Amino acid sequence: MITQLFIRALGARLYWVVGLLLLAAILVPVSNLLLPIGHPLRVPNYMVALMGKYLTYAMLALALDLVWGYVGILSLGHGAFFALGGYAMGMYLMRQIGSRGVYGNAELPDFMVFLNWSELPWYWWGFDHFWFAMLMVMVVPGLLAFVFGWFAFRSRVTGVYLSIITQAMTYALMLAFFRNDMGFGGNNGLTDFREIVGYSIQAPGTRAALFAATAVALALSFVICSAITKSKLGKIMIAVRDAETRTRFIGYRPEYVKLFAFVVSAVMAGIAGALYVPQVGIINPGEFAPANSIEIVVWAAVGGRGTLVGPIIGAILVNYAKTWFTAAYPDLWLFALGGLFVAVTLFLPKGIVGTIGRYFEDRRDTKAARASETPDLPVVRPEKPPVRRLPGADASPQPAE
Amino acid sequence: MIFTDFLRRHVMMIAVALLATCGGASAQSVEDLVRQLPKGSYSDRAEIVSQIAATGDPRAANLLDALAAGELNVVEATGQIVTLSGRGDPLDAVDALTGESIGEVAKASVERIRVNNSLRRAVRTAVGQLTLMSGDANTRMTAARAMFQAGDPDNVELLDEAIAEEQNAAVLQVMEEARAVAILRSDAEPAAFAAAVDTIAARGDRQALGILQAALSSADADVTPTIEKGIADIQGRLALLDVGQNVWYGVSLGAVLLLAAIGLAITFGVMGVINMAHGEMVMLGAYTTFLVQNFIRASFPELFDWSLAFALPAAFLVTGLIGIAIERGVIRFLYGRPLETLLATWGLSLIIQQAVRTTFGASNREVGNPSWMSGSFDFYGIAITWNRFFIVIFALIVFAALLLVLKRTALGLQMRAVTQNRRMASSMGIRTPWVDAMTFGLGSGIAGLAGVALSQIDNVSPNLGQGYIIDSFMVVVFGGVGNLWGTLVGAMTLGVLNKFLEPYAGAVLAKILLLVFIILFIQKRPRGLFAQKGRAVEA
Repeated sequence: MITQLFIRALGARLYWVVGLLLLAAILVPVSNLLLPIGHPLRVPNYMVALMGKYLTYAMLALALDLVWGYVGILSLGHGAFFALGGYAMGMYLMRQIGSRGVYGNAELPDFMVFLNWSELPWYWWGFDHFWFAMLMVMVVPGLLAFVFGWFAFRSRVTGVYLSIITQAMTYALMLAFFRNDMGFGGNNGLTDFREIVGYSIQAPGTRAALFAATAVALALSFVICSAITKSKLGKIMIAVRDAETRTRFIGYRPEYVKLFAFVVSAVMAGIAGALYVPQVGIINPGEFAPANSIEIVVWAAVGGRGTLVGPIIGAILVNYAKTWFTAAYPDLWLFALGGLFVAVTLFLPKGIVGTIGRYFEDRRDTKAARASETPDLPVVRPEKPPVRRLPGADASPQPAE
Repeated sequence: MIFTDFLRRHVMMIAVALLATCGGASAQSVEDLVRQLPKGSYSDRAEIVSQIAATGDPRAANLLDALAAGELNVVEATGQIVTLSGRGDPLDAVDALTGESIGEVAKASVERIRVNNSLRRAVRTAVGQLTLMSGDANTRMTAARAMFQAGDPDNVELLDEAIAEEQNAAVLQVMEEARAVAILRSDAEPAAFAAAVDTIAARGDRQALGILQAALSSADADVTPTIEKGIADIQGRLALLDVGQNVWYGVSLGAVLLLAAIGLAITFGVMGVINMAHGEMVMLGAYTTFLVQNFIRASFPELFDWSLAFALPAAFLVTGLIGIAIERGVIRFLYGRPLETLLATWGLSLIIQQAVRTTFGASNREVGNPSWMSGSFDFYGIAITWNRFFIVIFALIVFAALLLVLKRTALGLQMRAVTQNRRMASSMGIRTPWVDAMTFGLGSGIAGLAGVALSQIDNVSPNLGQGYIIDSFMVVVFGGVGNLWGTLVGAMTLGVLNKFLEPYAGAVLAKILLLVFIILFIQKRPRGLFAQKGRAVEA
């Protein structure tokens, strides 16, 4: 019964989030395109792109939360899936430039002409077609996650070891993409895009449409994540997170559960990356940097991991703060970000949403206890993990518990 | 030995001088002989040149060199032999024999001493005698090297004479090599030619390879196989040398990795905590070195060569105390949550980096090398720089010291106990929180020491630590925790592998291949090379 209550609470939250996102998907473009410039309610052009960027980040944080918050895999390499999706999109956009590049070569992108490539490498074939590029946006990160996860989870690489090798993965990819002879534009990456499916990428209409697409994609991801986490599979995911060995002994195969979540999450991150690139106008190997991937983790942590709504809120809040800080106090941003890492882990381990949720739960429990007129009945708190005490308070800390 | 050497040489000089006397001319002082240089026919002057050489005067070698180069002039009024320098008119004149300046002379008042090829040959022979048979082994060595470079077939006889007299083994070897080069360029008979090829091949460096390849292109068909064999020998040797060089580079990289990773390994081993701020501790160690050096430069400049000796304890203390502060202030609240420790220490690393950037600026800081760490030395043909050499030694010392601390001190015993079984160690009365703090301090302090070492070979900038952090993780993950030997083996393996892959794949691809290798390796041995065994694994 308590579980049902929980699901219903999440269900309400689901409608709210999806409703708000869809509303934004309609209202922002409408206000941007229809209201005259200077109107107080008009969303300016730069704001549309900025908000679109935030929403792609939110989607990325949501993807990370699915593996970190629900399966306990702290991936420090999710930026790699994001960037791979972005590169797939970037390749399509490069092909759309056609002969309008600086060198006017219809066959090759500018950087390949510059580097004296004679023909298009095989892995660029097919990216002239939008459908193929969109397929690759999902297939490439998904495949990488599948192969990587297959090896890692089957040999039971867990905890910090897993985190470190995911970091090594994105680091290796970053080094690889920085190489000019990889054929992805080296350290300049892919940029100078012109058109997407026939519409100019700079036009306000296209930008508004991209924003709407991002909001819808985020809403869709949210629905999918909710469906997964609320299903029976979701319960097993949480079981794997909390007691992997025990779950295995009961008879489940934790590696398949993990693999499923990891691949879904990677595909989601890839789509987020693909939506990010046309709105920002560039993709370069810097997106693979390990520091970027760790930053994603803090978005999820600030909002509250294991809550689905939290990462969305966290990503938007932290990135808004970043935009504000880097404009107003550029020197202080890293202090603020570093402080955020420390403060969240120390004082807000459940994140903003988790902490607020706990507050309301506590209040409801107290009310319920009062209303039941049997004050002796112990208060039952749903799904509350045992509070860990500080070392020194009782038994010594147990590392790698 | 040296004395007899000296004596022999002088006896010979005297003999040569006597011969010259018997030739008719009376024994004269060098000064007189030199004054006769401008006059007479070329053949008479060649005679004078050999007499100058026969005096054995060490100053004569330079003078004869100048003569062969056509740089000698005679001042017409005084008959002085001078070399000129400067431009225009008048020119600065220097006495060619004594090297004393005699002031300015007008261009019109001097006349160049003319030379022809036969006189040049006489000069070269004379100089060869003077230098190849000089009493000073260094002079002979220089002369022999010069002849090796010149490789003139006309020098063979001269070298034969010198070789017959030579006692010093090192000089003898160079002389024989010089003779071999000369023979290779002459029309010697096949047997002598083959011997010369062997001599050159025995030298075995790139220069020898070049000489043989040049000889091959102009050689007759019957000696070609000899030369080809010589070339193959040298190439085999050079390949071996390349391997040696790569091993050394690998060991040197491995030592750096070891220094950076070893502190990480003990904190990870004992506490199960990944310290993402470890790289920043290295960076702080390097900045401490910078500050200590600045202080010493300003206050006690004579102690500059010892600045690193002061920097080491300073860096250890500074970073060790910061490490303890981090443990007490942040990490101890996060035990049992290793993933969140990872995030919190990452946050700390951002803060420390930005703090250093704000304080010292984002640009590189200059940290000087003490004089005993500059330069390089040659080890069987492998050039080894002193700073790399000392870093390898230093890394091994730190490793040994840490091993000693772990095996021989009370803290080490407690650390090992906590690593193996924290709960049991606690039950036996070990204050595990204290051990944690000390371990973290020790690990950070060692990072500081690594920073002192790295300040000698890397740019001291706020990003210094970031460059090493992922590599040190790889070492720890590869080597396994709970055993320092794992870290040593891991660091050296990765270092050497990296340097062996680099020539084939390039630096970046080598690193990528290595990362892929480690990711695959972890599949096979999820707990690293030297994994802890027993129940602790599944804790």
